[in-house]
Amino acid sequence: MFENIRLSFQGIWSHKMRSFLTMLGIIIGIAAIIAIVSTIKGTNDQIKENLVGSGDNLVDVNLHTNEWQYMSGNDMTPEGVPMIDDLIKEEILAIDEVEAVSAYRYGYSMSGVRYKENLLDGAMIYGIDDDYFSVNGYIVNKGRLFGENDYENESKFVIIDTVAAKTLFGNENPISKSVEINSDVYVVVGVVEQVDTFQPVIEDVNDWYTYYYDDAAGKVFVPHTTWPLMFYFDEPYHVVVKAKSTDDMTNAGKKTAEILNSYITYVDMEGNQPYKYKSEDLLEKAKAMMDISASTSKQLIWIASISLLVGGIGVMNIMLVSVTERTKEIGLKKALGARKRAILAQFLTEAAVLTSLGGILGVGAGIGLAYLISDIAAVPVAISGVAIIISVAFSMVIGVLFGLLPSVKAANMNPIDALRHE
Amino acid sequence: MILELKSIYKAYVQGNMYVPVLKDINLSIEEGEYVAIMGPSGSGKSTLMNIIGCLDKASSGTYLLDEEDISNYKDKELSYIRNKSIGFVFQTFNLLPRQSALDNVALPLQYAGVPKKKRKEMCLEALDMVGLSDRVDFKPTQLSGGQKQRVAIARAMVNGPKILLADEPTGALDSKSGVQIMGLFKSLHEQGVTIIMITHSDEIAAYADRVIRLVDGQIISDTDNPEVAIKYQESLKSENEENSEESPAQVDEEVAE
Ligand SMILES: Nc1ncnc2c1ncn2[C@@H]1O[C@H](COP(=O)(O)OP(=O)(O)OP(=O)(O)O)[C@@H](O)[C@H]1O
Ligand SMILES: [Mg+2]
Repeated sequence: MFENIRLSFQGIWSHKMRSFLTMLGIIIGIAAIIAIVSTIKGTNDQIKENLVGSGDNLVDVNLHTNEWQYMSGNDMTPEGVPMIDDLIKEEILAIDEVEAVSAYRYGYSMSGVRYKENLLDGAMIYGIDDDYFSVNGYIVNKGRLFGENDYENESKFVIIDTVAAKTLFGNENPISKSVEINSDVYVVVGVVEQVDTFQPVIEDVNDWYTYYYDDAAGKVFVPHTTWPLMFYFDEPYHVVVKAKSTDDMTNAGKKTAEILNSYITYVDMEGNQPYKYKSEDLLEKAKAMMDISASTSKQLIWIASISLLVGGIGVMNIMLVSVTERTKEIGLKKALGARKRAILAQFLTEAAVLTSLGGILGVGAGIGLAYLISDIAAVPVAISGVAIIISVAFSMVIGVLFGLLPSVKAANMNPIDALRHE
Repeated sequence: MILELKSIYKAYVQGNMYVPVLKDINLSIEEGEYVAIMGPSGSGKSTLMNIIGCLDKASSGTYLLDEEDISNYKDKELSYIRNKSIGFVFQTFNLLPRQSALDNVALPLQYAGVPKKKRKEMCLEALDMVGLSDRVDFKPTQLSGGQKQRVAIARAMVNGPKILLADEPTGALDSKSGVQIMGLFKSLHEQGVTIIMITHSDEIAAYADRVIRLVDGQIISDTDNPEVAIKYQESLKSENEENSEESPAQVDEEVAE
C-alpha cells in the first residue's frame, strides 16, 4: 500500500502538467465548496452570535396595529387593550419557557430633562415595573431602586442611567437632586448601569429604532404608575420576557403574545382585530436569515458538484490513457507474479492519490478564496474542519469511483496481450 | 519431470479466420535441463514459451508443471506460479524505466509479500550475482544493453525459481554482451536451474544441452546439442545455399557481429 502511494506520487510527479490539469476540476469544485461553506458558516455564526448567542435571551413583545408596531405617541391607549397588571404577569411567568417578565412603557419628552442649566435632550422616559432592571440586566450604581411604596403612591421619583447622569450632573452626585421633566419636579433616587449590553446587528430600520435610537441619549426611569401623570395620557405596555434558554426564545415570545392577545377585546367596525401583541423574535429572524443563506449555499454546492463530476470524468479519462500507456508495464508486472488485485490496487491508489491531492489543493484554494470573499464582501469566514475532512475524503472517493473502470480494465488485461503491446 | 506438455494446441481466431499456431506439441523437460528452442520466425516459439510460463493458455491439451496439472488454474494460482516457480527474461529487457535497478529487481519480491528489509538484502544478492553491485541505484536509461539484461536476470532469479525462461535473451545485444549473458546462464545451469531459451543463433544454442526445432507450430526435431554444433559448422560452409530460408540468414547476421 505504502509502496503504491509512493509509486503514485512518482507517477503524478513525472506528469506534472497533465496531473495538475486533471486535478483542476477537482480543485475548482472543492475550492468552491470550501469557500461557500466557510463564508456561509461565518455569516451564520455572526448572525447567531449577534442576534442570539451573546444576548440574554430577551424577547420583546410589543403591541402592533395591523402589521406595524404601535408607536408611542400622543394616542390614548386604544380601548380594549389591557393594562398589564400583576395577574397577567403571573400568567406569563407560568409559561414553561419564561424565566422572568417585565412590563413597561416609554415616551419621549419634548422638553427634555433639566437640571439647573443642564438639559438632557431626546431622553426616553421609561415607566417601569419592579422587574424591569433585573430582566434587562441593570445594576444599581448609586442610590436605590423604586420600592413598593413608590409604585403605589405614584411617587415623583426618577432613576437615571449612567449616561443621563453624566449629561445632567457631570461629576456631581445626582442622588436627591431635583430635575424638571414636562414642567414638573422629580427627585433622583438612584443611578443604574446596564451590565451586559445587548446589541444585535440587524439591518432593519425597525430594529435600529428599537436597539440604538433609545440608547443614545441616556434613559430616565419612573414608576410605571407615575408615567401617565408625567405624560398626561396612558399608553399600552411593552412587555419583555426573558426566556430560559436561547432555544426557548421563540416559544416564550409566542406564548406571551398569545396570553396578552387573549385580553384584547377591541374589534373595529369591520369586525377585525387590528391590535395585536407580537413577539420580536430574534431567534426566528436569525433562523430565517440562516435558512436563506443555507438554501443559497445548497444551490451553489450543487453547482460545485458539477465541477466535481466533470473533474471525476477527467480523472477517469486520464486514468484510461495511463492504463493504455502502461499496458506493457502491466503485462510485465503480471509476468512477475502480480495478481489482479495488485494491479487494481495500484491504479485505484493512483486515482485516489491524484484526486485527494486535488482535494487538498482545493481546500487550500478554497480557504484562500473564502478570505478573499470576506475581504471584498466584508463577511466573516469560519473555516469548518468537518467540511475540510469531508471534502478531502469525498475527493478520494471520487478518485476510487472514477478510477474503478480504468483500474478494472488494467487488472483484467491478459498478461501476454499486455506484454506484446507496442 | 519438471514440466510436461501433452498434445498442446494453440490457435487464434482473427476475425473469421482460424489461425493455428501450435499443433500437437508433446514435450517433457527434466529438472536441471538447459534447452534451446529454435525455428523460423512465426513458427510459434514465443507462443510455446508463453504457455510454459503460464502467461498464456493453450487452446487444448494438458500442461503438467512439477507433476501437477495446471491447465485449468485461475489467475490467482497462475500468478503465484509466475512469481515463485518461473523467472522471465525478455529480448527487450522490459525494465520499468523510472525505477532503479534495485527497485526493478524488487518487484517479484513485492508481489511475493517479502518484508521490505529482507527484500533489499535479497535484491543486493541477486545484483551481486550478475556482477552489478556497483549499479544498484542506476536507472535503466543509465545502463548499457548488457547491463540491463543482467538486471533482468537478477529480477528473474531473485525469488529463486526453478525454471528460467528466456525469449531471445541476446537478441538485442552485441556478441560480447551475449557471451556474458550466456556465462551467467551457464552458472545458473550449474546451480541446477532449468533453463529454456529461445534463440535464432546456433552459436547461442550451442550453450544448451538440448535443442528443439519448431517449424509451423510443430516440433520437427528434438536433439542433443552436438548435432547443432555440427549443423552450425555446416551452415558456415554452405553460407549462400540456403539464402531463401530465414534461419541461416539469421545465423549469418550473428556471425557478422
Ligand atoms: N494475439 C495473436 N493473435 C493472432 N495471431 C497471433 C497472436 N500472437 C501470435 N500470433 C501468431 O502466432 C504465430 C507465432 O507467433 P510467435 O510469436 O510464437 O512466433 P515466434 O516463433 O516467436 O517468432 P519470432 O521468432 O519472430 O519471435 C505468428 O504467426 C503470429 O502471427
Ligand atoms: Mg518470438
